[in-house]
Amino acid sequence: MTIKTSNAGVTVIKKLFSRHETFVFLAIVIFGLIITVVNPDFLTLENVFDLLKSYALMGTFAVGMLFVLISGGIDISFTAIATITGYVIAVLLLQNGEQLNIVSVFAIAGGVGVLLGIINALIIYYFNIPSIITTIATLNIYYGLLTVISKGKWLYGFPAWFGQYTQMYVFKFTAANGTSYGLSVITAFWFVLMLIAWFVLRYTVLGRSIYAMGGNSASAKRAGFNLLRLNLFVYGFMGLMAGFGSVIQALLVQTVAPNSLVGKELDVVAAVVLGGASLTGGTGSVLGTFLGVVLIAIMGNGLTLMRVPAFWYKVVIGTVILISVGASAYRRKVSARRRTIIEVE
Amino acid sequence: MEPFLSLSNVSKHYAGVTALKQVDFEINPGEIHCLVGENGSGKSTLIKIISGTVHPDPGAEIKIAGEVVHGAQAIDAIHKGIQIIYQDLSLFPNLTVAENIALSQVVASRSHVVRWKTLDRIAREAMARIKVHLPLDALVGEISLAEQQLVAICRAFTSDVRLLIMDEPTASLTRKEVDALLSVVQEMQARDIATIFVSHKLDEVLRVADRVTVLRDGHKVGTYPSGELNDEKLTQLMTGKTVTYVPYTPPQSPETQEPVLEVRDLSKRGYFKNVSFQLYPGEIVGLTGLLGSGRTELALALFGVHQPDSGETLFKGRPVRFRSILEAMRNGLGYVPEDRLTQGLVMNQAVGKNITLTILDSLRNSAKLLDPRKVQESIQRWVKDLAIKVPSVESPVQTLSGGNQQRVVLAKWIATNPKVLILDGPTIGIDIAAKFAIHEIIRELAHRGLAILLISDEIPEVLQNTNRLLVMHKGYVAGEFVSSQTSVKDVQELIDHQDQ
Ligand SMILES: Nc1ncnc2c1ncn2[C@@H]1O[C@H](COP(=O)(O)OP(=O)(O)OP(=O)(O)O)[C@@H](O)[C@H]1O
Ligand SMILES: [Mg+2]
Repeated sequence: MTIKTSNAGVTVIKKLFSRHETFVFLAIVIFGLIITVVNPDFLTLENVFDLLKSYALMGTFAVGMLFVLISGGIDISFTAIATITGYVIAVLLLQNGEQLNIVSVFAIAGGVGVLLGIINALIIYYFNIPSIITTIATLNIYYGLLTVISKGKWLYGFPAWFGQYTQMYVFKFTAANGTSYGLSVITAFWFVLMLIAWFVLRYTVLGRSIYAMGGNSASAKRAGFNLLRLNLFVYGFMGLMAGFGSVIQALLVQTVAPNSLVGKELDVVAAVVLGGASLTGGTGSVLGTFLGVVLIAIMGNGLTLMRVPAFWYKVVIGTVILISVGASAYRRKVSARRRTIIEVE
Repeated sequence: MEPFLSLSNVSKHYAGVTALKQVDFEINPGEIHCLVGENGSGKSTLIKIISGTVHPDPGAEIKIAGEVVHGAQAIDAIHKGIQIIYQDLSLFPNLTVAENIALSQVVASRSHVVRWKTLDRIAREAMARIKVHLPLDALVGEISLAEQQLVAICRAFTSDVRLLIMDEPTASLTRKEVDALLSVVQEMQARDIATIFVSHKLDEVLRVADRVTVLRDGHKVGTYPSGELNDEKLTQLMTGKTVTYVPYTPPQSPETQEPVLEVRDLSKRGYFKNVSFQLYPGEIVGLTGLLGSGRTELALALFGVHQPDSGETLFKGRPVRFRSILEAMRNGLGYVPEDRLTQGLVMNQAVGKNITLTILDSLRNSAKLLDPRKVQESIQRWVKDLAIKVPSVESPVQTLSGGNQQRVVLAKWIATNPKVLILDGPTIGIDIAAKFAIHEIIRELAHRGLAILLISDEIPEVLQNTNRLLVMHKGYVAGEFVSSQTSVKDVQELIDHQDQ
């Protein structure tokens, strides 16, 4: 008797099709083709670079969310964290903007974000409250306090040096009509974050421990993992990404407003889940998350280019998420069944 | 010689239960020390205390390698060379086999970067040590329970292990794998590695142990050199009772009745082929064969989980084809799954809720709402009938000892009042006394007219408790025996013979 656990001659194709990312990629290609057929403006370098720039914000949040989801938790307070960090840097920029530079702005926003994330982690760990409840509560507390203190004012009029980054490119083309476009430094920053995240998740003990904790936290404890430290890292990292995100937002629109981010939590969760992370923890990848964000980006942008009324956007996104999550659940079921096949002659 | 580990005056109280009471325990380097006791006697609790994941009540003293330890955490025990194979395996279903085996070692070594080649190497070395072969890059959640058990064993075989603790490591292994494991345990003895071995299979215990410590109801009965013990003596120490078996005979001769379940030429590609048999009311029919012989798959097909490709199933003389578990249940077919932890129970729900889960329909009052009195009565009845040891029916199932969990699964299915009951490994991981109790329950049920299909690896168990026995091999029924006229050797020979 032999139990086939894996076919010896697994081809590359077969391996590819066992990965969630492949399907998201195919979905991107299909959507991309459809949109291009309707409106050829879509598949231009200019539009693509533009999309990558404006979705760097969601992408940065998504990197943080990925860590939290893998660890088996969820954090929906990050938009409130980002709003607070946004205000902090906006106030500092307006008061003594000339003493600051881009690095210190990122450092301050990130630092405050980490602090707020750590508060989440401590509550979740010590009071043993489910992360979703905790972060719903802290979302309201953080956001409520901010609204009281800021009185809902919009802040703008930042120093000139802060404005220049939107027009800074790693490389640049000039189109025939004289407009120039290219890979924005903001996009590049997001890519670097993803690269670091990928390395941490795949090649560090820390990263693998986060996967392990998400897979089975009781086992993780028994295997000698320090769950407190892992929680601190994960929610602290989410806070860091929220802080970075708030700077990106401020760079992109040169305004800090109290209501521009809160309410978008679930879009980010949706992007990460589309990319293959599971709400029960233990799975997800940086590549998948990137593709999830891209898919959401081209659906949003594509529907606009195809002149579909804006409210259809939500319907389409919802449907795509259902199909994606349903398909991966089905694939898991099939592979679970396949593994018990016994050779009967 | 100084003991490697010594515990004195260890007690542990949980709300409502005393899991351990003033227990002393010690183990020497190179000793194989078995821990036996009925379900719920405190074996796993003792192990969790040694591991640092559970802390004893004040007043206990724990010494490891001559050093008194206080408030130790899991990582401290690991650093002292203590490795544990937990009863529930404690694996990471979302990680690969290689990672599961090697990751905790990498963590313990305090390194920060993961080299995948190193993980593979560590895993391969561990597998070589106990002579098994597992696919390194398969996800642990997608391999079989037996393979998972092997992964958990491999994980414990680290290079610097000084004390290896195994909490029922052999529950779902085949004979060959058990032999390999036991020989490794003996090999380790030569390298001065101590082993604490928990098992309900007393023959295994007596085969390898130097000393045996017996627990009963959280008390230590005593520690005995294994030379002074035999099966009977040990059972007696554990339970305070003597157990004997009489072969099972159905109340009425089967020939005088209609079969309640008849299977004709049932096949499912890749699982089983041309299976035919009949099951009469009042019969207990055994179904045995090697792990992977198609037994479980056959049971699942009867129960409506899989659909057979061809063949016929007659239930009470009527051809049936159950499309779902619900349909099978409504028609009077019950199935107690092999893997109680993942298939049979809602672990974080109360014992009472688990028992009544399958019979909620029958517990409603005239207004079609759940009748709390009926619910309570039914729960009390089953807890008493199956002697389930719980502080309260409100306790979540996961706080019960392994054997008591198994009784909850049984209660849940017997409560549906089935005509045919399929039991897949109903006594895996259950102590002798509880096993006997469950056998008694099974016999009593059959005696009342229920037809039972008893699936088990343990040939003595099926021979002692059935009137007929089917042996499966590679998806076929390879032989049929009348239990009272068959010896363990006859069946073993048939199985071994098939393999050649
Ligand atoms: N977390 C907990 N909360 C409450 N009671 C518990 C908890 N853990 C164990 N117990 C109780 O302590 C007692 C001893 O349990 P333990 O798991 O040590 O038994 P065991 O000897 O390992 O049994 P088995 O052979 O069935 O595995 C049982 O009555 C059990 O219900
Ligand atoms: Mg136990």
